[in-house]
Amino acid sequence: MNPNLLLAIPLLPLAAAVISGLFGRLIGRTASATLTIAGVLGALVLSLKVFQQLAFEGVPSYNDTVYTWLVSDGIRMQVGFLVDQLTVLMMVVVTFVSLCVHVYTIGYMHDDAGYQRFFSYISLFTFAMLMLVMSNNFMQLFFGWEAVGVVSYLLIGFWYTRPSATFANMKAFLVNRVGDFGFVLGIAGIVYFTGSLDYADAFAAAPSMATKTLSVMPGAAWPALTVICICLFIGAMGKSAQMPLHVWLPDSMEGPTPISALIHAATMVTAGIFMVARMSPLFELSETALSTVLVIGATTALFMGFLGIVSNDIKRVVAYSTLSQLGYMTVALGVSGYSVAIFHLMTHAFFKALLFLAAGAVIIAMHHEQDMRKMGGLRHRMPVTYWTSLIGALALIGTPFFSGFYSKDALIEAVAESHRVGAGYAYFCVLGGVFITALYTFRMIFMTFHGQERLDHHAKAHFHDVGWDMKAPLVALAIPSLLIGFFTVQPVLFGGWFGDAIQVLEHNDVIAHIGHHFQGPVAFALHGPMGAPFWLALGGVVTAWLFFLKNPSWAAAWESRLSGLHTVLVNKYYFDWFNENVLARASRGLGSVLWKAGDQAVIDGTLVNGSAKLVGWLAGVTRRVQTGYLYSYALWMVVGLAVLLAWFLLSAH
Amino acid sequence: MTQYLLSTLIWLPIAGGFLTLLLGDGSRNLARWLSLGIAVATFAFSIPLYLGFDGSTAAFQFIERTAWITTFNADYSLGVDGIALPLILLTTFTTVLIVAAGWDVITERTAQYLGAFLILEGLMVGVFAAMDAMLFYFFWEAMLIPMFLIIGIWGGPRRVYATIKFFLYTFLGSVFMLIALIYMYLKTGDYSIAALQQLPLTATEQRLIFLAFLAAFAVKVPMFTITPDGSRELSWLVIALSLIAVVYIGFVALVQQDMKKLIAYSSIAHMGFVTLGAFLAYDIVANTGGVQGAALGIDGAMVQMISHGLVSGAMFLCVGVMYDRVHSRQISPYGGVINTMPKFGAFMVLFSMANAGLPATSGFVGEFMVILASFKANFWYAFAAGTTLILGAAYTLWLVKRVIFGPVGNDHVAALTDLNRREFAILAILAVAVLLLGLWPAPLLDVMRGSTHHLVEQMLSTKLPTP
Repeated sequence: MNPNLLLAIPLLPLAAAVISGLFGRLIGRTASATLTIAGVLGALVLSLKVFQQLAFEGVPSYNDTVYTWLVSDGIRMQVGFLVDQLTVLMMVVVTFVSLCVHVYTIGYMHDDAGYQRFFSYISLFTFAMLMLVMSNNFMQLFFGWEAVGVVSYLLIGFWYTRPSATFANMKAFLVNRVGDFGFVLGIAGIVYFTGSLDYADAFAAAPSMATKTLSVMPGAAWPALTVICICLFIGAMGKSAQMPLHVWLPDSMEGPTPISALIHAATMVTAGIFMVARMSPLFELSETALSTVLVIGATTALFMGFLGIVSNDIKRVVAYSTLSQLGYMTVALGVSGYSVAIFHLMTHAFFKALLFLAAGAVIIAMHHEQDMRKMGGLRHRMPVTYWTSLIGALALIGTPFFSGFYSKDALIEAVAESHRVGAGYAYFCVLGGVFITALYTFRMIFMTFHGQERLDHHAKAHFHDVGWDMKAPLVALAIPSLLIGFFTVQPVLFGGWFGDAIQVLEHNDVIAHIGHHFQGPVAFALHGPMGAPFWLALGGVVTAWLFFLKNPSWAAAWESRLSGLHTVLVNKYYFDWFNENVLARASRGLGSVLWKAGDQAVIDGTLVNGSAKLVGWLAGVTRRVQTGYLYSYALWMVVGLAVLLAWFLLSAH
Repeated sequence: MTQYLLSTLIWLPIAGGFLTLLLGDGSRNLARWLSLGIAVATFAFSIPLYLGFDGSTAAFQFIERTAWITTFNADYSLGVDGIALPLILLTTFTTVLIVAAGWDVITERTAQYLGAFLILEGLMVGVFAAMDAMLFYFFWEAMLIPMFLIIGIWGGPRRVYATIKFFLYTFLGSVFMLIALIYMYLKTGDYSIAALQQLPLTATEQRLIFLAFLAAFAVKVPMFTITPDGSRELSWLVIALSLIAVVYIGFVALVQQDMKKLIAYSSIAHMGFVTLGAFLAYDIVANTGGVQGAALGIDGAMVQMISHGLVSGAMFLCVGVMYDRVHSRQISPYGGVINTMPKFGAFMVLFSMANAGLPATSGFVGEFMVILASFKANFWYAFAAGTTLILGAAYTLWLVKRVIFGPVGNDHVAALTDLNRREFAILAILAVAVLLLGLWPAPLLDVMRGSTHHLVEQMLSTKLPTP
């Protein structure tokens, strides 16, 4: 592969971002939009070319350094690309969704004063995300990891005059930093054992690391690879919003909707999933780490889904759904089903970006109204949005033949096949999650698009369907949401597409297991109604129909009957309350105590001013000695001589 | 010319400083242009120092030697190695910005202010370039005078109190160093640092001298190679102090209401990485049995030192920009500054991100290297150092949230005017430097390579007489 071609893929969006960021006012709105769209389009075309080379022309994968950042102590820190089947899939997904979002932005941000700035940020994000997925070493991975984080920070706080937005972006950054703290320790652990930051060296050293221990505490030696993998996974928990580090994602909805689709659904939040899949040679060798991944993923998948049922904000419902789906992917990683995790990542990227952009279209049409209780019946007013949303929703709940069906069904079967510690619990969670997913998804569809119109006067007066600049991306995303699973399940999941990019030990290979029964996508889909997930999903849709369309009074009745549970859900299990009232308050309290008691009282008060007082006191004492009388000095001389003499005599012995 | 390059870098600004002093307040503009010219010229002279430097060797370069005080065998001997060179460049670079930053802000005793800074610059270069302990001490102590005056005359409301406190404590530390130097001189009859490094010292002697140096400057790493065994024994003390600086100060910074204090505390936390990285060598050897990571720690410490100069400097300047307009350093009178000062806001966010150690800025490089190296020494060192990722981001971004973002806070903020050309130029130059060091740190590392490896060897050598 030509390294210049690979280099151009991230650099095109970067160049566009820099130009429209620094000179946006100079070149104007249209030029900024055109330039950044051209940059991302270029990246997409080149990514497709790389895809073609890898998939059809038999070109071997690429792994080389393009730039040496620094060398210190024999440790080379570099920028380099590892482009294999896993990478190229991510590249295509990232650039495609990014292109859709860029185009959609033309309409969505049309009236915003920060038009050029917004385009600059989303192109910068595309650059950072590409650097992350294309990296062949931990340094660059961390660079991309932090860079997507900072662009996310800038974009959540895009409307910086809103206090809620500036709170949300700080929260997102800080919670991610908690994850990064673990991530850096994991990277440092790898450098500890290998003296290198390259993936290849880490993977080669994995078997030897698996036999080593880290003496973390005196007397307690922990298995080194498990510590490293769990540290890396803490990083993934931050970025991919796994409990308890999920708290930032719902709040990130304060940002403009295009970025919710791009960053907080399709790409950035999947970075953690991608990273663990990339690290499969390491994770495979630690059962403990994988069980941890499994349990955390399963908990997130089920419990975040519940929150989607009680939220009335259309974007937040989609956000909770994203949390839950990220939990599904994490579960897949936990059962060594890395390939199905990435497969679900891909299908999810399309249908979830679609659902977000559709929600954004509704919000714009409703003149910035996000409360579903004030919507209803919109399918007549915005048919394109309705039908594409419906496709996205059907894909999300796993309707046979839709893309989500193939990834989710395979995922659930993979969990059923696994015998890992925690797999039983995870199976329960992912099955239960199917019902919940269908319930909240169709609750959203029914409340928004069906039933009676509940628009208030303002929304009615200002209602206008969105233009084709926003509808076209919906259609562009609806097509893969519908079809991509059908056409790719065979090659990607069961055809050995990932090759050496993902490594699974033979006795862990659940995907190979379910692959034995695979007889093509049609048979797979037709087999759907034989399994529990199909009926659970159907049950969810019917329940949603009964409670939120047919008899809305039932929902209210159940709400009051289960008011305790409802309160817990509305308060999001009190995670935010805990973080703000316990963690943040304790940190500030500790800071105050350390400052007042430590810095001001002890160091400044006692040590600094105390020593000054001591000098003053000594001076007072010695002043009394300095009487000015000769006899007094003579006396002190005698005393001094006596002391010296005594010391001399005593020390001589 | 290169023969006297170091002397030029020391005496050009000092002479220029005195010349500026002579101008007095009558010709304020002339004083400004003169001092800017001298600062720029000094910086320009420091460039051939970089270009002519050979980073592959640990040997001192650009050496000058003349007898100075023959009675004490003290020489006027100058030279730079890979450790001193980047610090000299940082000094000459930042002085240009400092002169420009005070341009129309310092309206009282302008000539004296600028003169003091130029003299300080020359003395600082002297500290970095001195190869003779007595000469080093001379520059070191002389530095106190302009610093004393700058704080005492142009400082804040409690400047006199601050000045006396500053002077007493730095001077107290220095006296310990003087005693240690004289003690060693009495044993060698020579003040050259190279000779002191050869001097055999017992464990007790090394311990006391180490503590004396520690009291004087907390850290000037090359000096500690005089007492390798003492350093080995007492490195735990430095590491403990460093980690306390990172964690403890991180929490303290969180609750500051005064922006300048907040940045000062954050600056202490960042310096904790410098001392941590510099003293990891012993623990790394003890823990892994190898030396890999020791030089990484020292390199990281050096990068952190340079970056800290740029980033903290930029943050302080940013506070200055706001202070000049609103006359308050408190956080509470601000809020939503970006609405009226978008350019300034962009710079402030960039420098804050660098302060929080974001990759692609200089703030990341050193921290990352030191964390990697500290894991080699002890898991918990890395753990404690790593908390800076959270704490550093917390206090910095909370500051940004309260000051920069949000709706326009009050009438003062509404009346703010964005950066003028001079302010823009200064911050832009710093921004470029911060990004350049973050994206392309290799030139800095290349200069230091020979010296850091030599330093590690010296730290790990022993001076104890073989029994």
